[in-house]
Amino acid sequence: MKMESIVPPLPAAAPVAAPARPARRARRRWTPARIGLYVFLLGAALFFLLPLYVMIVTSMKSMDEIRQGGIFALPLAPTLQPWRLAWSGVCTGAACDGVRTGFWNSVAITVPSTILPILLGAVNGYALSFWRPRGANVLFGILMAGAFVPVQVMIYPLVRVMALAGIFGSLPAIVLVHLVFGMPVMTLLFRNYYCNVPHELFQAARIDGGGFWRIFLQVMLPMSLPVVVVAAIMQVTGVWNDYILGLVFAGRDNMPMMVQLNNVINTTTGVRQYNVNMAATILTALVPLALYFFSGRWFVRGIAAGAVKG
Amino acid sequence: MANVSLRKLNIVLGGKPIIRDLDLCVEPGEFLVLLGPSGCGKSTLLHSIAGLVDTDSGAIEIGGRDMTDADPSERGIGMVFQSYALYPTMTVEDNMSFGLRIAGTPKAEIRRRVDRAAAMLQLDALLRRKPAQLSGGQRQRVAIGRALVREAQVFLFDEPLSNLDAKLRAELRRELKLLHQTLGSTMIYVTHDQVEAMTLASRIVVMQGGEIQQIGTPLDVYERPANRFVAGFLGAPPMAFVDGMLDAQGRFEDDGLYWLPAHDARPAGRPAVLGIRPEYVEIHAGGDLVGEVTLVEPMGNHQVVWLRRGRAALASLVHDARRFAPGDRVAFSIDATRVSLFDPVSGNRL
Repeated sequence: MKMESIVPPLPAAAPVAAPARPARRARRRWTPARIGLYVFLLGAALFFLLPLYVMIVTSMKSMDEIRQGGIFALPLAPTLQPWRLAWSGVCTGAACDGVRTGFWNSVAITVPSTILPILLGAVNGYALSFWRPRGANVLFGILMAGAFVPVQVMIYPLVRVMALAGIFGSLPAIVLVHLVFGMPVMTLLFRNYYCNVPHELFQAARIDGGGFWRIFLQVMLPMSLPVVVVAAIMQVTGVWNDYILGLVFAGRDNMPMMVQLNNVINTTTGVRQYNVNMAATILTALVPLALYFFSGRWFVRGIAAGAVKG
Repeated sequence: MANVSLRKLNIVLGGKPIIRDLDLCVEPGEFLVLLGPSGCGKSTLLHSIAGLVDTDSGAIEIGGRDMTDADPSERGIGMVFQSYALYPTMTVEDNMSFGLRIAGTPKAEIRRRVDRAAAMLQLDALLRRKPAQLSGGQRQRVAIGRALVREAQVFLFDEPLSNLDAKLRAELRRELKLLHQTLGSTMIYVTHDQVEAMTLASRIVVMQGGEIQQIGTPLDVYERPANRFVAGFLGAPPMAFVDGMLDAQGRFEDDGLYWLPAHDARPAGRPAVLGIRPEYVEIHAGGDLVGEVTLVEPMGNHQVVWLRRGRAALASLVHDARRFAPGDRVAFSIDATRVSLFDPVSGNRL
């Protein structure tokens, strides 16, 4: 029973990068199986990239050019006008100042809706793993059960509760809702992480005189960076991509980008401006997309961790 | 330096009694080793002294003060764990000073204590490193240093050397003994390794099933085991056991295969189990018993020769270069004054 290291996978210590491959496998041969594999992978990549390509070229065409058909054709006279319009001019309901208000609303919602659930989930996971209060398992079970109840079921009761509390349709309301719905997964994530931390580390900190908060803030939280990153990725994408909760709870002044995008695209008056729609859609998807690109390996881990939520 | 006294201690974990009515007194400056197989409750006992496990009844006194329900940090203890339990995000220096910083010790005093501990443990050059950059032996030194800077009254060790390889283990074991000689602090040390127990302890406590089987100096426990469990647990190769009878004169006999002359202190006229340690089985031409060699284990500086006589397998330590082969019939004798006798039913020493 050898515990090699008390050091949990800190970012530098635990890259997901491929392990060193034996030298004899370094030279690949082009077997039919391998060629088939590449054909399949290329096909899959095309399948997912083609819509993105269409979106980008369409967003840079004028409406006249779009009406001529040929959705795969490159723009004859590339223009950024649709992007400008989407960002700051298109009508998103009553107002016509683009999706930028939605963007900043989404930022205002996402930042606290990421930080608060992570902090609370970390405290929960820490308390459940190390302090094991009476009934901790029951509490954890209830929290997990919460993860399996569909969001839609809870919307009406939550609306009533918020209205009663007088915060319905405000920024605190939508943040609170995201906090509540994020709690089970955040807690599970941190609990599982802390369960792999040797209990002796906690005991050593107790002997050194650490209390609940000091051990959390000075010992456990600093070594939680990997799981914090994973949690942040999950929470940011989840909150940014949310439509229904934002629509119901955020209120008219805090409509997130996703709701405004829907308003832009599903407009029933005037001409459908496909180029503006495409630009607005790409703008809305930009934040999660950037997250995918800049956090590659962490994101894979986030998906793997998310796989347990059922 | 402080004494530790446990009175009528009971610990139940998950509905299972782990420690039962245990009394134990640790003298100031003593190096007490708790020895036993895994699951015997020795670690739980140590954790209860540290305050990491709640007791169900009984009292724990450290340095004459009742500490039964005190917080771990108030007990004046320092503890070293098997997995080192260093704070991975802190440097060696911060690891050692964490407790002092929490207690609000003045900076100069922290500096003095850390420097002193670092010098004692040859950690001076490593103070700025993170635990991940240290070897296993260095990590355990830091963990010991962390206990040292607390200037604890009692040091607790929970199998501190079990994660190290054999060579480092022996090295650190000697360092620990030197440290105890230098500091003279009370130390309580849990292990399942009898070599550590024998070499380090001023007294050994052998435990099984949550109860103390025997307390005594290493020599005492080894030479005069209180029962068959202690006799079998200590010693490698283990003690051999032979069932037989003690006659009216106190002579031991087993179907004419084994016999021992009478001895004053020995009870008479009852069944008994004879316990023989390998070092008291001597192979020589003048031996009064004959056995067959079944196995030879060369150990470099000596060899272990396994003999069969009757149903018993006896090991004999041979310290010269004589050659034996399986199947050889050799004469040997048993040092009758050094054997142990046990009750066949209770297993207790007669």
